[in-house]
Amino acid sequence: MSLQGFLRPDGRKGIRNIVVVAYLVECAHHVGRQIISSFDGQEVHLIGFPGCFPNAYAQKMMERLCTHPNIGAVLLLSLGCESFNKFSLSKIIEQSGRPVKTLTIQNDGGTRSTIGAGQTWVREQLADLALYQRVPMDISELIIGTVCGGSDGTSGITGNPAAGRAFDALVAAGATCIFEETGELIGCEEIMADRAVTRELAHELRAAVYKAARYYATLGYGSFAPGNADGGLTTIEEKSMGAYAKSGASPISGMIKPGDIPPKGGLYLMDVVPDGEVRFGFPNISDNAEIVEMIASGSHLVFFITGRGSVSGSAISPVIKICANPDTYRRLEEDMDVDAGRILEGRASLDEVGTEILDLLRAVAGGKPTKSEELGHQEFILTYKSFEPIGPACLPM
Amino acid sequence: MGPVSLLINIDDPRLLLLADKDNVYVCREDLMQGEPLQIGGEEIVLTKAIQRGHKIARRKIEIGEKVFKYGAPIGSATDTIRPGEHVHVHNVKSDYTPTHYFETPEDAKT
Repeated sequence: MSLQGFLRPDGRKGIRNIVVVAYLVECAHHVGRQIISSFDGQEVHLIGFPGCFPNAYAQKMMERLCTHPNIGAVLLLSLGCESFNKFSLSKIIEQSGRPVKTLTIQNDGGTRSTIGAGQTWVREQLADLALYQRVPMDISELIIGTVCGGSDGTSGITGNPAAGRAFDALVAAGATCIFEETGELIGCEEIMADRAVTRELAHELRAAVYKAARYYATLGYGSFAPGNADGGLTTIEEKSMGAYAKSGASPISGMIKPGDIPPKGGLYLMDVVPDGEVRFGFPNISDNAEIVEMIASGSHLVFFITGRGSVSGSAISPVIKICANPDTYRRLEEDMDVDAGRILEGRASLDEVGTEILDLLRAVAGGKPTKSEELGHQEFILTYKSFEPIGPACLPM
Repeated sequence: MGPVSLLINIDDPRLLLLADKDNVYVCREDLMQGEPLQIGGEEIVLTKAIQRGHKIARRKIEIGEKVFKYGAPIGSATDTIRPGEHVHVHNVKSDYTPTHYFETPEDAKT
């Protein structure tokens, strides 16, 4: 399973070659949007952090995102007075061997001149990146994340277990696979813990789900939207069992938190619920917050399984949308990459759809755009959180 | 192993049984009100339309009894549920956090 990727100075390889524009406070967002608007259809993406208060999590996330292997060059946009540490971020990007430039609106002449300077710099970077050649890349160098969103009663029967089959094949081939949402694993903690490679890791997995249950109980809502109920899901436990199926059946090698990059191949759970007392609100306010965290942990691409029909894509990494419900697929075919609902109608098996997902993954890794990429989806969201570092039992030896 | 391995078809191919232990079936397609179903060797007539992906009872479920799907408990019955009856937010509650949903005129009737 040989692929082709872009070699970065840190030795990692990317499957896209993107110039990312990153605003460091909402006040610089408009300038960023204007800069990227003149590069429609080219690999120029916009990310950013809206807050003006310092936050270690957001700082780490932006560091990881700006040095992601799919990124070739970074333009940082500062208003000038925000709390975000642009100096440290810029230094880390520079140390990663990528071209980086910081424009500060208060010092660079305001909106128009910053937009102009930004566009000029991005144009130069695109010309440089166009000279990069793809080099052979092994499947074991890939990191793949999986999320589900807009789930319904078909998700846990077709799309999620089919993605699980693909995960099993990827893990067996030495790739790194990440699954998530401890808040959507409530009720699955025991069966999940049984798959941990060590007893200490099993304890960590259980503790992460208990933490999620406490956190959501305090907030008064589970990770469950009215559309889930319309689609036939009755409780968070039921939704969890369906979501859990996308992890496949491989042993669980470790548990990471957002922005931690798995040290070697295998299957990892991402603990997305903040540590400590409840603060800053809901852990992940929408599906894209989860996708961004998967990408910050190095995901080159993301499987997104949907029943009700999400149309989201993402900045930085391609999203492969796997539609669990055949009715939804017929309605939203232009947004869906894989029709897993065929399983429900007896037109395909779980293994056949799993193989189709793997074939598509190889094509997408080689440059084929996903549906959401073709449609220009580049959703991105990053909010406040706080985490303690993971414990020593969380990572494989 | 993961929770779901195979789709098990039973007497009535419109209904899926995901694990032996389950007391619910999953509807593979939209079912109409008045449609007859084969459940446990008996014919049951649906009193309301049920959408694809929703659940119906495989046997009688008592108040307080756990509801099983994928072979795992997914909540507790808040009412007695007859075989063939729609199993959803109106007669099942989470054992963890309450379910947030919009009450529709259809829910009010049940």
